[in-house]
This record gives sequence, C-alpha cells and structure tokens, in this order.
Amino acid sequence: MDIGKFLRKLSGKDWGVHPDDHKRPAADARVRALPIPPRVHLMLSQHVGAPSRPVVLIGQKVLKGELIAAAQGNISAPLHASTSGVVSAIGEIAAPHPSGLSGMAITIDTDGEDKWIDCDPVADPFALSAEEIARRVADAGVVGLGGATFPSSVKLNLGRRSSIDTLIINGSECEPYLSCDERLMRDRTDDIVAGIRLMLISTGAKQARVGIEDNKPAAIAAMRAATSGHAEIEVVSVPARYPMGSDRQLIIELTGREVPADARAADVGVIVHNVGTAYAIQQAVCLGRPLVSRLMTLNGAAAAAPGNYEVVLGTLISELVAFTGGTRGEPAKLVMGGPMMGMRLPHMQIPVVKGTSGVLLLDGYEAADSEPDPCIRCGSCVKACPMGLLPLEMAARIRNDALTDAVDLGLKDCIACGCCAWVCPSRIPLVQYFVHAKGELSSQDRAKLRNDATRKLAQQRQERLEREAREKLEAAARRKAERAAQAAAAAEAKAQTKTASVTEGESA
Amino acid sequence: MTQVDLQMPSGGQAVASPHAHGGNSVRRTMLQVQVALVPATLFGFWLYGWPAFFLWAGTILSCIAWEALSLRLAGSARVRPTLLDGSAVLTGWLLAMTLPPWAPWWVALVGGFIAIVIGKQVFGGIGQNVFNPAMVARVALLVSFPVSLTQWVTPMPLSAVAGPDFVDGLRIFLSDLPMPDAISSASLLGHVKTELSRGVDMAAALGGAHAPASSWLGVRPGSLGESSAGLILVGGLFMIGTGLIGWHLPLAMLAGLAIPAAIASSVDPTRYLGAAQHLLSGAAMLGAFFIVTDYVTSPNTRSGQLLFAFCVGLLTWVIRTYGGYPEGMAFAVLLMNAMTPVIDRFFKPRILGRDRRGKALDLPDSERG
Repeated sequence: MDIGKFLRKLSGKDWGVHPDDHKRPAADARVRALPIPPRVHLMLSQHVGAPSRPVVLIGQKVLKGELIAAAQGNISAPLHASTSGVVSAIGEIAAPHPSGLSGMAITIDTDGEDKWIDCDPVADPFALSAEEIARRVADAGVVGLGGATFPSSVKLNLGRRSSIDTLIINGSECEPYLSCDERLMRDRTDDIVAGIRLMLISTGAKQARVGIEDNKPAAIAAMRAATSGHAEIEVVSVPARYPMGSDRQLIIELTGREVPADARAADVGVIVHNVGTAYAIQQAVCLGRPLVSRLMTLNGAAAAAPGNYEVVLGTLISELVAFTGGTRGEPAKLVMGGPMMGMRLPHMQIPVVKGTSGVLLLDGYEAADSEPDPCIRCGSCVKACPMGLLPLEMAARIRNDALTDAVDLGLKDCIACGCCAWVCPSRIPLVQYFVHAKGELSSQDRAKLRNDATRKLAQQRQERLEREAREKLEAAARRKAERAAQAAAAAEAKAQTKTASVTEGESA
Repeated sequence: MTQVDLQMPSGGQAVASPHAHGGNSVRRTMLQVQVALVPATLFGFWLYGWPAFFLWAGTILSCIAWEALSLRLAGSARVRPTLLDGSAVLTGWLLAMTLPPWAPWWVALVGGFIAIVIGKQVFGGIGQNVFNPAMVARVALLVSFPVSLTQWVTPMPLSAVAGPDFVDGLRIFLSDLPMPDAISSASLLGHVKTELSRGVDMAAALGGAHAPASSWLGVRPGSLGESSAGLILVGGLFMIGTGLIGWHLPLAMLAGLAIPAAIASSVDPTRYLGAAQHLLSGAAMLGAFFIVTDYVTSPNTRSGQLLFAFCVGLLTWVIRTYGGYPEGMAFAVLLMNAMTPVIDRFFKPRILGRDRRGKALDLPDSERG
C-alpha cells in the first residue's frame, strides 16, 4: 500500500473500489480486424433518444457508409450501412437487453466487397466553423462511445450555447477487463488528438484535459508525446480507481468542480467526451466517414483469444466468438460491456451496437454467483459508494416497499456503478434493488401522469357538459324572453293598430 | 472447446450488474475477527489454565446450539449456511472473553442462551439485533449472578506447578465449586472501588500489598480475554490493517475514556484513577477493538461512529467512577447501542452534488467569469 492510498484511507476519502483490472494480456495484444460477416443487423435504436427512421427499401443495394436510417427529432442519430450489400430485412431481432427483448433492425446481406460510398474529406478540418464541425458529427451518426451513446453533436452544440471552458476527455477506462480505449490511445493517438482539437473548436472550450488511469502507462506516454505541441491539451494521470470514469467523479478529479445534483456538467463549465468519441469525430470530420465500426474488447477467462477487435456494427457476437476460436469451457456469464456496469445477455445472437465496448465471457469463478446472506450492516457499501449514499439503508427501505423513504435517502442520485454490490460480503444484489425501485417509481410516475390526464379529461368533459347545459338553459331562457318580448311587442303593435284603426274609424 | 452457438440461460441469479464480486463474504469477515482474537485468547488460556479453555469452548458450543435450536424453531430454510457463517461462534467467543476465567458450565449455557436467543434471534437473527448480543449476555449474567461473575482467579499460568491440569480444569468447569480464597483475587478496578468506598486514598489503594498492577502484558486477575492490552491491540491493529474495521471507533472510544480520566486524575489524583490505568484495565481495550466495532450495532457513518464510540468511552468512565459497578464498558455499549438508530438518523454522509441537508448545491455562477 503506498502512502497516498493509505492517507486517503485514513481521511475516509477513499470512495469507490479497486477491483483487479484483468486488462492484460488482452490490452497488449495487437488489434485484429474481424472479417465482414455474411450478414449484419443494424439496430435502429443504438443511441439515447428517438430511434432512427429507415430510409432504404428491402432489396436495395447499399454501400458502406450509406445512410440507411435518418435521425428523428432533436435527440437522435442517423444510421449508416456498416458494409456494402443488399438490404434483406427490416424487422425485429433480439436486441442487447438482459431479457432478450427484441428491437427493430435493418439487416444487410453483405457482398464481401466492403465498398465505401464517396466520402467527403476536408483538406483543412481545423479551418471549419464550429457549426460545420457539429453538423458533420451529427451527419456521421457519432454518439458517445464510452457506453452512454448520447448523440455527440447535441453535446457539442450544448457546449457552444452554455459557456464551456474545459473539455474533459475520458480515457480512464475504469471498468475492469476492457481495453479498447487504451488500445485506441496507443494505436491511433494522432487521430484522437485531432479529434480533441476539433472538439475544442466546436465547443468553444479553451482547454482540454485528458484523464487516463495510471494503470495504462503506455497510453499515457503515447498521448503525452502526441500532445506535446499543443499547450491547450493536458494529459493527466489519474489514480486507477473504479468508477473514475463516471462523469461527476472524473470532473472532480480533473477540475475540482462538483456538479450540483440537479445540474449537468455543462452548468459548471465542463463537458465530457470519451476518447473513442474523439476518434470517431476525427474520422467523421476529416475523412467524412460515418460511424460504422468500432474497436471492442473480447475478454474473460472463457474467451479463447482475449484481445481487441475492429468490428463492423451489426456483427453478431456469435460471429466474433466463432472467429476468435470459440469459448474456453462453458461461460457462466455473457456480458456486453464491463463487469461492473455491463449488461448480461441471454445468448450470443445479438448484434454489436455503437455502445458495445466489449464482450466478456466470464467463467464460474469470475462470475461469482452465490446465494445472498442477510445484511450485517458492515458499512462496506457506505464506504465504497462514490456518491455518498447509504446503499444498505436504501435497500432495507426498498425491501419494505417504502420507495419514498428510499428516494429521501438519495435513490435518484444513485449512478448504478455497482461498487456497493461488489464489496458486499453478504453478496446482496444492491444494484438490482435500486434498478427495480427506480423502474417502479418511473412506472408510478407514468401511472400518475396517466391518471392526472384522465382526471383532467373527465373534469373537462364535466365542465363542457355543464357549460352546454347552462348554455342550453340560457338560450332557452333567452328565446323565451325574446318570444315574450316579441309577443309583447306584437300585442302592443296590435293594440296600437287597433287604437289607430279605432281612431281612424272614429275619425272616418 | 464448446459449441459457439451456446444458449446461456440467465438462471435464477440477479440480472443487474455488477457481474463480478470482490470476494468478501460474511464467513470470511467473521473468521478474520476470530483470527484477531487468537493472541489474546491463547494468552488467557496460558494465564488462567485449563478451566479458561473449557469455559471458552463451552460458551461457543452453547451459542452454536442455541442458534441451531432457534433457527429450527423459527423454521428457517437456511440453518446450515447461517451456522456456517461464523457469527454465533464469534458471539460466543466474545462473550467468553469477558467472563471470569473460572466461571462454571452453567454460565456458558445461560450466557449463550441470553446472547443468541434474547440478544439476537428474537430480533430476527444476524444483522437485525439492536444490542450487541455478547454485551447483553454479559450484563444480564452480571446483574443476575453477581457473585459468580466477579470471582477473579489469580493468574496461574499453565506452566505453573500449582495450576490445575486438564482433568482438574474440567472438574472446575463442570462442578461449580466455590473458589478457595487463596486463588481468588480482585481486579484493579474492583479493588480501587472497594478501597475508595472504605475511605482509603487512591495512592494507598494502589500502593498496597494486594494491589493488582496494570500493565500492557496483562499478568493480572481479570476476565478471560481482557487482561493483555498489548495482545488485544495486536489483534485490533490486524483488523485495521486488513480494512476489517476503521480506526475511528477504537480511537474515539479510547479517547472518550482517557480524556476525562486524565482531566479528573490531574485535578484530584487521590480520588480518580489515571488515564493509563483506565485504558489498561478491565474491558477497555477489548471493548474498543472488538465490541464497539461490531458492525450491526454501531452507526453507519464515520462521523456517527466517532460520536458513538466517544460516548461509549465517556459513559464507561462515568460508570466506573461514579456507578455501583467497578466496570462499566458493557453498560455503556448497551446504552449507546440504543442510540445508534438515532445517531444514524442525524449523521448521514454528504451526497455528491448536495449539501449536508440533501439540497442540491448552487451553481458556481459567481466563480466563473
């Protein structure tokens, strides 16, 4: 234990956990490109926001990089063919979801030529305007590749609207097992730096800080060398500690600023992008290439060839596993993403999406499934929680269905990082509790909205009926009054004529 | 190599992340605490002979038996895993540490019943109890059987010729014979209390021929596992080093005891024991490292823990100094256990992005131009 770690422990500022990173040897293996599979399945919803809308027909021939589904609405991203071929189906397939729910996808039968459309490279990308850069990023379908998959152009535009002074580039890659960001930083360093410079132009930020965990010395060295000529970009080695890559934690580590609970990073003058996103932005802006492939890690004790692979989007996980020599023994768990926050998948017939940072084939020992014991109130979860929550108390409330009490304890501040469940000696699936409670709350909210809307409609109907009845009555009364007035007037006129005629008669 | 297209059913396990675990378990935690108790326990065996060993084994067995019986009666589906988690063993072990080393078999039996059944299982088992089970048993025994619970044996190391052998030890444990005066003795705290109540000056009381000494080593009359402050400290430091417990609780409790003791004895040394004697006597060290650090019955947060443990220390000093009993650690712990839910209500960690009251932080508009 080094001194710094010891002091942090003494001072009690030792948030988070220190899992074995399991990054090597996968991180040191040369990147291999996966051959184009016979068929790719491109999910229409592989970003935060509205799903994209197909703009191709079945039977249509498409080239690599051709737009096949357009963005819908303000927060959305377009989708491009990840290789050349013929659109063979537009329909539901198994989506990346723990219970294997299906989702809409465009299936392309590939022709093996992998032929690009005519891209639109820019001679001097750094002379482009901020708006133009954001537009090219939007058109290329670039989303946050750290896993959040938020449309990147929206964030770039947001940066220009609010006053951003610091751009944070997240190269921490704090999830164990994953090393695609590290590989990217080591292999495509100059492209990443170009991407960061483009983002600086686009957001209007004055400086960029690249946070890289100190368990990746090669990546730190490469990035430092590549940014030596750019004073506005600083590469910072941050302590390897999970979840360092979480926005709020990384912002504190790199700028000392704390994002208020109900605010966004932009509100404190910061915007965070992943290194993978920086690379995708460079490809989109400089070369005009849409996001159609990504680097991803295959790892876990049951993976036959752990390493990083360049994979076209829509490739089935089964293709990747088959290409890398199958599995070593029977995997106990199949996970998309990292072990701390990734998603457990029911089978391998699921396509790679933009946010797929890795696929883990965990053996029984790594998966560490076991029956939970009762809570012994040891407080490990309290110490581990990077948000300063009381996971044990929140779980106790949720178990008793006292969801509002759990919210009062800060349930909505939970980032689901998994530190609490990872340290829990009783192996209580705490995150499961929190996810369940949040789902329950949002369905309650929805039900409440629905009830409110129904109540409002019913009330409006009642009011309308009453108004109509009142109007009817008023109209009837008015008519009656009019009739009475008319009758009175007629009677008067009659009387007058009578009088007149009488007078006339008299006079006659 | 297996088939590539394998289907992996999710099984009955949680689908939510994380999909890996740090490897800690309740059983491992309990075992580590027991490892930390070993040095002081072995010293107790050596110091007080075979009867101490039998008392230790008897108390643990009694706790396991009561736990098994309770679980069976409650119709628990997890009898085996619960017995294997080591919590009943630890409760019994801690209780034995606080008992007079030559206490007879029925003390072990009744103590185990009080600790496990009344102290723990009626609250709902592990993790649910409000009070520290070992301290509940210790106090209930002391109040119910004051004579048996205050018979301190003069140290008679295993190596000594006069000490009881294995069979004699078993006979002492099983027969409940009154202890001959020649080998009974007073603990330092009891001795001082008696002498002061007789009107004897503190200096005279400590200087007298029969006055027990206090020392780090702990060759003195006392409870089975409380005599050697040094060895308890070794175990405690082991637990702090392995991250099992924080330094907050032990330090705060020792401070809560030592600070008033130091002040009082500097004001009037003829009536008050000094800080060193307080710290090295009775259950102070065991309490600081093994009792107030109990996970279940101590507060969640570090600030809450500091307050809790400091108050335990302070109350211990108050009871020792002004109360009817020479030792007050167990009472102090139980009193503060009752306060734990209140402390937990008021001491919560600050949520990131919020102030202490839970209100979202203000935006730093003024800071940035």
